[in-house]
Amino acid sequence: MLDDLRELYQEVILDHSKNPRNFRHPEDANHEAHGYNPLCGDTVNVYLKLGHNGLIEDAAFEGKGCAISLASASMMTDIIKGKTESEARQIFDGFQKLVKGEENDFDAGEDTERLMMLAGVKEFPMRVKCATLAWHAMTSAMDDKNEVSTE
Amino acid sequence: MNDMKTYDVEKIRRDFPIFSREVHGRPLAFMDSGASAQKPTVVLDAVQRAYAETYANVHRGVHYLSQVSTELYEGAREIVRAHMNAASVEEIIFTKNATESINLVAQSYGGANLKPGDEILLSTLEHHSNIVPWQLIAERTGAVVKAVPIDEHGEFMLDTYLEMLGPKTKIVAVTHISNAIGTITPVKEIIKAAHDAGAVVLIDGSQAAPHMKIDMQDLDVDFYVFTGHKVFGPTGIGVLYGKADLLDAMPPFLGGGDMIERVTFAKTTYAKGHSKFEAGTPPIVQAIGLGAAINYVNEIGFDKIGAHEQMLLAYATEQLSQINSLRIIGQAKHKAAIISFTLDGIHPHDIGTIVDRGGVAIRVGHHCAQPLMDHFDVAATARASFALYNNRADVDALVSAVKSVQEIFG
Ligand SMILES: Cc1ncc(COP(=O)(O)O)c(C=O)c1O
Repeated sequence: MLDDLRELYQEVILDHSKNPRNFRHPEDANHEAHGYNPLCGDTVNVYLKLGHNGLIEDAAFEGKGCAISLASASMMTDIIKGKTESEARQIFDGFQKLVKGEENDFDAGEDTERLMMLAGVKEFPMRVKCATLAWHAMTSAMDDKNEVSTE
Repeated sequence: MNDMKTYDVEKIRRDFPIFSREVHGRPLAFMDSGASAQKPTVVLDAVQRAYAETYANVHRGVHYLSQVSTELYEGAREIVRAHMNAASVEEIIFTKNATESINLVAQSYGGANLKPGDEILLSTLEHHSNIVPWQLIAERTGAVVKAVPIDEHGEFMLDTYLEMLGPKTKIVAVTHISNAIGTITPVKEIIKAAHDAGAVVLIDGSQAAPHMKIDMQDLDVDFYVFTGHKVFGPTGIGVLYGKADLLDAMPPFLGGGDMIERVTFAKTTYAKGHSKFEAGTPPIVQAIGLGAAINYVNEIGFDKIGAHEQMLLAYATEQLSQINSLRIIGQAKHKAAIISFTLDGIHPHDIGTIVDRGGVAIRVGHHCAQPLMDHFDVAATARASFALYNNRADVDALVSAVKSVQEIFG
């Protein structure tokens, strides 16, 4: 029983959830979106500063949520910073498949190892939405849709 | 204390086939009956027999099976009437759940009686089912929805309620027991005061029906609703009690077969009594199953069930209170066996996932009571809700599972 749980709640995940990175509202953010999970009431605001040629110059978030959603948001903002929009979308595609258990050869380049920390979610189908909430909000922010709900 | 002397909970557990299964390799410790209760064999058998041996549509045929089916369906109505001590079976309407029962009253009674500026009084304790239907009808009629506050213990504030009642108050709709924190509200006083102010009262008994005897004539309530699946009956069946004179004056809710007297394209006249509100083929087998469930709880007796559950509540409260950084949300003086709690720094969803792996089934989330969560300034809680089949071992499993949550979170 505990193996699955230890896999899900790895130290890195707990560390990100207790001390989330990029937990702030940057004044110069030019794109943002609000993510909401009606099932549990969790919320996340994702803030992006997009430069010319689609470069993500800054990524940050604020919100309330479980360890999985906070850790995922925290890692996401770390990872996408310095990447382009299309790279970020591509990573999300792969990541979504990973946590749904649809991807066995997950490859996100240098970020593979970090994102694999969240792979334990695939054993907990009820929690996939927690892991992807911030990512959905990120793509909505890029698309200038200001609201996303995971239902 | 010895359960066995007064109340043989192990024998009762054997009435529920689900308790012979394991979850994640652990014995099932099911403390989510507030969301929906497990079903005893007598209910499963009644449902099986109704389909296998007596099934036909009701009120529609002269053939043998239709007659038997009708007798069983109407027999279930009589069981519910007697159980609720309603004056007449005409006052018992079968719906699909509590939510539909409340929508029926809001749309039909509210639609016919509410004027712009009229007030509908609810409370902060309400389930979304007893909020949203009133908001919908308020929007349509120009009436206003107001909520009676609760205090820091989660107690319904009777004094404030009395001040809020006034000539504009047309409907009071309050829960009998809070699904999220267990508060038992002073329904008799609420009803009496509303009547003095000229308002009608709907009581949401969804959480009361599994735990206590409910008596319509003693309460003198106008409308009372509950939902079958929480009283060990099937899903898809709800009950609405309404005083006969009120129901008679109300327009139909849904139109269709069975609720009519005579249909022509020029004019249709409606059936009387409960039939007016039961359009279409009703939940026949579900009603029969509900009848079996109510007979089952009455055979055990609510005196004994109540005493057993209060013992569990006291034991669980005492055990959980000893856990560091655990906070019990809702400490009303009169509580049903429902305990909501939070752990400092750990989200309820994480609690739910971790205890589940120990075979412990509890509800985590906002419990469809977001205004109540806002009152306590939490987004969600973990909730253990007990029923007649829970035992001390369930509480012990919960306590040890909560401790393992803390271990994992370090
Ligand atoms: C207090 C209360 N009211 C209403 C409901 C709605 O019941 P149902 O979903 O069966 O209509 C519930 C259960 O979820 C409840 O706990």
